[in-house]
Amino acid sequence: MENAQAVTTNINKPREEKSKSLWRHAFETIMKDKMAVVSILIFLSYSAIALLTTFDLVAGDWAKEVGGSYTAPSAEHWFGTDIFGRSVMAKTLKGTQVAMSIGLFTALISGFIGVLLGAIAGFYGGKVDEVIVWFYTTFSSIPSIMLLVAITFILGKGLLAVYLALGFTSWVSLCRLIRGEVMRHKDREYVHAATAIGGNDFRKLFKHILPNVLHIVIINFSLQFQVAIKSEVILSYLGLGVQGRPSWGTMIDDAKLELARGVWWQLAAATLAMFVIVLSLNILGDALRDALDPKLKGK
Amino acid sequence: MNIWVYVLRRLLYVVPILLGVCLIIFVLFNVVAGDPTHLLLGKHATARQMAELRHELGLDRPWFYQYFDLVKSAFTFDFGRSWSTKQTISTMISEGALPSLTLTIPGFVITTILSVSLSLLVSFYRGSFFDKSSVIFCVGLMSISSLAYILFGQWFFAYYMDWFEISGYDSGFPNFIPYIQLPVLIWVILSIGPDLRFYRTVMLDEVYQDYVRTARSKGLNEKVILFKHVLKNAMIPIVTYVVIQIPFLILGALLIESFFGIPGLGGITLNAINSSDFPVIRAMTILSAVAYILFSVLTDVLYTVVDPRVRLK
Repeated sequence: MENAQAVTTNINKPREEKSKSLWRHAFETIMKDKMAVVSILIFLSYSAIALLTTFDLVAGDWAKEVGGSYTAPSAEHWFGTDIFGRSVMAKTLKGTQVAMSIGLFTALISGFIGVLLGAIAGFYGGKVDEVIVWFYTTFSSIPSIMLLVAITFILGKGLLAVYLALGFTSWVSLCRLIRGEVMRHKDREYVHAATAIGGNDFRKLFKHILPNVLHIVIINFSLQFQVAIKSEVILSYLGLGVQGRPSWGTMIDDAKLELARGVWWQLAAATLAMFVIVLSLNILGDALRDALDPKLKGK
Repeated sequence: MNIWVYVLRRLLYVVPILLGVCLIIFVLFNVVAGDPTHLLLGKHATARQMAELRHELGLDRPWFYQYFDLVKSAFTFDFGRSWSTKQTISTMISEGALPSLTLTIPGFVITTILSVSLSLLVSFYRGSFFDKSSVIFCVGLMSISSLAYILFGQWFFAYYMDWFEISGYDSGFPNFIPYIQLPVLIWVILSIGPDLRFYRTVMLDEVYQDYVRTARSKGLNEKVILFKHVLKNAMIPIVTYVVIQIPFLILGALLIESFFGIPGLGGITLNAINSSDFPVIRAMTILSAVAYILFSVLTDVLYTVVDPRVRLK
């Protein structure tokens, strides 16, 4: 039965079957890697918590006073309470929303800029390429912390400013990679074939070449996601982070005044929450690279 | 092509990059950030005071003059005075560079030696449990926020255990040593993860090359292959990686310096950020960009010197 079905799909869509093989192969490789599977599950549960807190289904009452100021962790409050007697556990859960949204939007923004500029530079070459290379060389010569400060200073404080600042400062490495790959691909036969059947530049670039460099974008996405989550802490420390709602960055930053009084649980809770998701994304990124990068095959 | 012609060409390419850096900085600080006189004079400034200050700061001149001043400062290192301390910025920089270096050079040297040796060790045992756990260890170290390391380290090792100085600095050798011990330790912990991971990839890239197979089939033992053949070939990416980090050593460590009260460039930058001291932020940005650009030229030149395979185009 299974065989018969496979044969019919083969007959109906022979091409699609073939073009999927890299992804199917990658999927199978990742599913065999136990640590990668655990990482995916962790990522999914963090995303679920983030979604649930967005709709106040979880930790909706994080701002409520549940005990005295700075009570140590107990069976009732696993991570104790903060200065205002709020549950650190609830704050950590609520902070997941900020962290995951920063990871997602930063990775999307930097991915978009990187792919667009990199693809255009690599595909058109010549003067266009020179200008884009000049632009990103210039951009990457400025330390990103300075750019971050300048951009948040201009955009004001808030979540949107954080997304944009982190996104605008993290696209160069992807842009470089995409440019190089597109350059390698643009003179391949399949692109010439697309030209021969009358495909325009847009179609050649986005329909034909881009799927062949998509693995770089995906690997980079998981990398940028976790870098952004970590960067939020530095922004919070500089007073440029999220205001008026709990984030792991502000919780870690609060610890600079709390530790001397022996209050370690807020630092511990936020660091632990961040450690688990960043570690998972790192492991997942490595697994994705091993599974998707054709150059690494057989190593 | 002659190497000097190549050096000259690379240096000429620095000019448009530097002009671009100045342009971005100019746009960010002089155009988008708006009028700084509000910031300087507070809410109750009169229009006249503001106009005078604008004149004093040269903000009433045409934009290309202001841009030209910025470009000029990238070459002369004359950045004017700080808004908050009123010191000349070039003095602040020359005074801050040494304390920064007393922290960053030991940290950098220790990390590099440690991670290169460890990377050789793990590539000797590649694929084993030891190798895999070292990768997880690196990634684990990298998954904790740098701020958390600093806060915990300062509280636990300096305050609670009382093993190190909590904060402070004393200039002159060997007076500064007690103050930099814990900062250097934290620097090493912060950078060993990414470094070891990078060097491991470099070593593994070499280990699978044909010349290694040849060496092995000649009957050489693995130690000779690693130290004599692999390490020599891996020197190119290692040198590149080391040289490109040098400008960041001069600039110091933002967070570590400010937490441990080390009067270096990192601390100066952070104070400037906190007090919106535009001239200092601008100066530090230009300085780091210039350093970064020059050292990337140096890396490219070294590349051609170290590796005879790299042909000059």
